[in-house]
Amino acid sequence: MTWVTQLLNGVLLGGYYALLACGLSFMFGVMRIINLAHGDLAILSACLVFLIADTTGISPFIALVAVLPVMGLVGWGLQRWMLERSLRAGVLVPLLTTFGLAIVIENGLFEYFGADTRSLAPYIGDFAYDSWEITSNVYVGSLAALIFALAVLLLGGLKLFLTYTPLGRAIRATAEDADTAALVGINARAVYAIAAAIAVATAGLAGIFLAMRAVFTPFSGPEQLIFAFEAVVIGGIGSLSGTLIGGIVLGVAQTLGAQINPQGFLITGHVVFLAVLAARLALGALRARGGIRGVFSRPS
Amino acid sequence: MNTDRRFIVERWTRLSAAASVTAAVVLVFLAVAPFLFDANVVDSLTTLFIYLILAVMWNALAGYAGLVSVGQQAFFGLGAYFAIQLSYHGMSVYPALLLGAVIAGALSLPISVLMLRLRAGEFAIGMWVVAELAHLLVALDPIINGETGVSLIALNAYTADDRRAYNYWMTLAAMVVLLAAVFVLLRGRLGASVQAIRDDEDAAQSVGVRVLAAKRTIFFLAAFGCALAGSLWLATSISFQPRTYFGIQWTAYMIFMVLVGGLGTFEGPIIGGVIFFLIEYFFGQTGVWYLVGLGAVAIVFALFLPRGLWGSIEDRFGIRLLPVGYTLRLLRSDFYHGSHTAPPNDRLHDLTEPNDNVERT
Repeated sequence: MTWVTQLLNGVLLGGYYALLACGLSFMFGVMRIINLAHGDLAILSACLVFLIADTTGISPFIALVAVLPVMGLVGWGLQRWMLERSLRAGVLVPLLTTFGLAIVIENGLFEYFGADTRSLAPYIGDFAYDSWEITSNVYVGSLAALIFALAVLLLGGLKLFLTYTPLGRAIRATAEDADTAALVGINARAVYAIAAAIAVATAGLAGIFLAMRAVFTPFSGPEQLIFAFEAVVIGGIGSLSGTLIGGIVLGVAQTLGAQINPQGFLITGHVVFLAVLAARLALGALRARGGIRGVFSRPS
Repeated sequence: MNTDRRFIVERWTRLSAAASVTAAVVLVFLAVAPFLFDANVVDSLTTLFIYLILAVMWNALAGYAGLVSVGQQAFFGLGAYFAIQLSYHGMSVYPALLLGAVIAGALSLPISVLMLRLRAGEFAIGMWVVAELAHLLVALDPIINGETGVSLIALNAYTADDRRAYNYWMTLAAMVVLLAAVFVLLRGRLGASVQAIRDDEDAAQSVGVRVLAAKRTIFFLAAFGCALAGSLWLATSISFQPRTYFGIQWTAYMIFMVLVGGLGTFEGPIIGGVIFFLIEYFFGQTGVWYLVGLGAVAIVFALFLPRGLWGSIEDRFGIRLLPVGYTLRLLRSDFYHGSHTAPPNDRLHDLTEPNDNVERT
């Protein structure tokens, strides 16, 4: 039964990855930017909540409500003062600037918080380790289940928002072609800034839940970026529902890998990511030759 | 269109000839440096040369081929790791350093099959995943002792003074050969190909540039160069800890050096490397703030001075010290006075459609 439990845990961990990857995928979808500071922004938000919870004793769930708008503002400012200018300079400059930002955030947090490993788990009481018994021997952590539900809600909500609201339509139009969108009266600058705010706020949300379910240090950001990116690529870049599937595949692979070897958690995740890339390449090459039939049938 | 071809496309200007001679003199001087300076200076110069190798390799990748990698530390670490493996299995230590880098470089070819299909940001993080995976796998090797690491004990066969001199000469030779390789490659057909790819990959493909082959050559060169830098770093520091060698800080250093010096210029990364070396020398002890500063300066340069210090000087004064590209000199003295050089960021136009430039200037 441990395998069933592990599998279930893997799926739920996938929910966290989907939550984490949501902002990365969204930002890439709208602005074609891969934000290399994504993971560090998540950790920044975790640090802010930790600071509030630690100094005032306010529950992290309440602190979260205060921190998320701040993260949204950070995203808005990021777009206005950094990404907007980077985007005009070509595809490579956003990578360089967001990488520089990642270095600044990481080391800035280290300067303030030190290298200690921290967690929000002590501040949320029993909720950190509560679990439900599904059948005898199969348990599901309630926090992990909450994160999974939140990821589904967020991804679904974002999809509905993009499909049915005027602002969502404006975002999609701008993503398609910013210049043409501007011609029909959409303020592309504002749309980009709002999209960045949404992306960074969701990254912040993921960071807070990382801090609740596990531990973090100021240098945890890059790892989170890599997990998010792997989830996005496995699920198919630019697709929000694919992100959930990608997160689950990654979570299950890592959890099962950890059963084989203590280092297996990370290694299996990376290997599955590379295998998906390779498979996609092979399938693409196959399709170019007319699919499986095309390869095996001789031209008459 | 102007059909009256009154211009000369030239490669060697008087300035670039003088600069090349100066470079040769400096090299001869550097070659005898261990006889002239004390140990500290020689060690510092060795470190500087390793930084220069890293900067030039990353610039070849990002500045010329348009491949921004945040995972070159994969090869830096693997070069050192294979050198340790070879030495552990009985190979003489200096050949092991070189062969270790060759093996890591060769490993870049299968990696390139997957990675070069990715574009821009995907390639950047994809390489990061490769570096993380290499780090984890190397730490699993029993002779490395996990994150504790291991020392290259075979180096103890040499006295400290001999070791210092050999490390210095090997690093100097590696730097000169790699710089020359980049120089020759960029002057040739490949240089035009990769820059065309960087500027517009689809357009380059459509005019017959073999995109994948050109990218792969540069990718291999950069991997080998970074691997050699890694094995040379091992020779100077002796100890190998996976976390240090596969650390992301190497990429931060490379980006800083190239952005400050001048992305996509030949001389830029050399200048950026020297600046980085000086900054590290004077501010390295300030620890974390120093890294915050590096990141912030890199952002400022990327946003406000995207061609770096040297690129800006080149653009402003139209000079180039080493003849990597072509300059256009107009002869129509009735309209234009004296010599004029084309803007360097239009180097490709110089090669393909000189007439265009005449009209523009």
